[in-house]
Amino acid sequence: MARRYRSALAEPAPVRWLLIAVTLSFLGVFLLLPLITVFAQALVQGLATYARALTDDDTLASIRLTLLTAAIAVPLNTLFGVAAAWAIAKFEFRGKNLLTTLIDLPFSVSPVISGMVFVLLFGSRGWFGPWLSEHDIKIVFALPGIVLATTFVTFPFVARELIPLMQAQGTDEEQAAMTLGAGGLRTFWHVTMPNIRWGLFYGVLLCNARAMGEFGAVSVVSGHIRGMTNTMPLQVEALYSDPGEYSAAFAVSSLLALLGFVTLMLKNFLEWRHGDELTALRGH
Amino acid sequence: MLPGFGLSLGFTLSYLSLLVLIPLAALFLRAAGFGIEGIWHELASPRVQHALMLSFSGALAAAAINIVFGALIAWTFVRYDFPGKKLFHAMIDLPFALPTAVAGIALAALYSEHGWLGAPLAQLGIHVAYTPLGIIVAMVFISLPFVVRTLEPVLEEFEPQYEEAAATLGASRRQTIVRVILPTLVPALLTGAALAFARAVGEYGSIIFIAGNLQNVSEIAPLLIMIRLDEFNYGCASTIAAAMLILSFTILFAINLLQAWSRRHG
Repeated sequence: MARRYRSALAEPAPVRWLLIAVTLSFLGVFLLLPLITVFAQALVQGLATYARALTDDDTLASIRLTLLTAAIAVPLNTLFGVAAAWAIAKFEFRGKNLLTTLIDLPFSVSPVISGMVFVLLFGSRGWFGPWLSEHDIKIVFALPGIVLATTFVTFPFVARELIPLMQAQGTDEEQAAMTLGAGGLRTFWHVTMPNIRWGLFYGVLLCNARAMGEFGAVSVVSGHIRGMTNTMPLQVEALYSDPGEYSAAFAVSSLLALLGFVTLMLKNFLEWRHGDELTALRGH
Repeated sequence: MLPGFGLSLGFTLSYLSLLVLIPLAALFLRAAGFGIEGIWHELASPRVQHALMLSFSGALAAAAINIVFGALIAWTFVRYDFPGKKLFHAMIDLPFALPTAVAGIALAALYSEHGWLGAPLAQLGIHVAYTPLGIIVAMVFISLPFVVRTLEPVLEEFEPQYEEAAATLGASRRQTIVRVILPTLVPALLTGAALAFARAVGEYGSIIFIAGNLQNVSEIAPLLIMIRLDEFNYGCASTIAAAMLILSFTILFAINLLQAWSRRHG
């Protein structure tokens, strides 16, 4: 009887080992192998070729453009995320649920569509196209378009991390600080900020990884001019489509993979060390 | 009363409208401006229908595969101990952290006829790269973390007393899993599947390198939009994009209803 009871609480050992084996093989084939492939292909022609690929002028220009784009898009979305979370978590108003749903909207829109909306508005045949060309302003196929598309696809990251976190924390501490005579900004910096800093960092981390790695949306608005409007992921595509540059494509990829790897390590560290100060450990 | 309500809400609403809502509205207006006849002509074309069908059926297949393996993976990580567990667990979010273009060329290299997986599979007569199968592989990769991540917290909070009660009442392990544990997981499974589907259906970067992009064979809807844009055919591009958005919101809404139903009857 006791044995039967125990066997009803846990799977038999062979089943357990089978499930572990399936899990590890699935993750090995779908996650580990692609990651190893990137580095193997990047180094297949030796370190000298690898180094040359990374110091190529167009590649360096793409690295600068990617850093610049993220340096504009991430702070914008961070500011937005904090403002949205402050309004939604600390106050009651009508339409709050709708607003929260709308903030998540960019996650359900294809990256290609996220980029194309800006072509429809600002492209040469877009709504504002004629006006923009009259005033000699370039948005599409230039930095502003790349920044707009990147900001669109990374729009929800910080907000969706902070909203549930700040909702769970309520307003008591802020109310107390205000009662004691602290001003609004002081209350925010000294009371709210310490409570949300890890969640904020977590959101910024994911936002940045996506901003630097975005491909589809940026591809639509970039114009693919090597050395000018190619971000790192677009440079990967450009090199990959050139048969002589196959391993250079993987060399640039290895930098992006490294970025992904560091992001993952930091993400796991935050979840392990500050898990109770993060809310939703959901995807995206 | 805390300060800053007007400022923060005002900023939120303007930023959301300017960056997301107005541009998306412009897309629908553009499609509408194309006229009923134009829209109909575009949507009736076999190439467009094939591309939409491929993106949607591929994403549904990928979501289904991820329900099965995601549940299995989440279960293994929450319930069992094994060497290397922490390391493998840390890797689950890799598809979120690895840029899609990198994933795309890595998958293409891996599954091409000379690749580590492509070569042995080709000997078995299975061709993944440059076929619709490759599209599903990329979609499974990109949406892999969603089901695992939504399921794990639910499994962790699952009280063992229900399993104990079932065991005491003489249920076998299989009965306990199918009748007691699985039903409580259904809402989380559906949430994860919906997120996975939404990501996979619009995916572009990780797919186009492995897909081969043959018209009427392995051409996904986002790629067709891209081609129409390159031809400056904004009306057609907007029509396909609007159709994609309407279809995927409808499917997400249906999954939401199913989830509400399963919560009531769970």
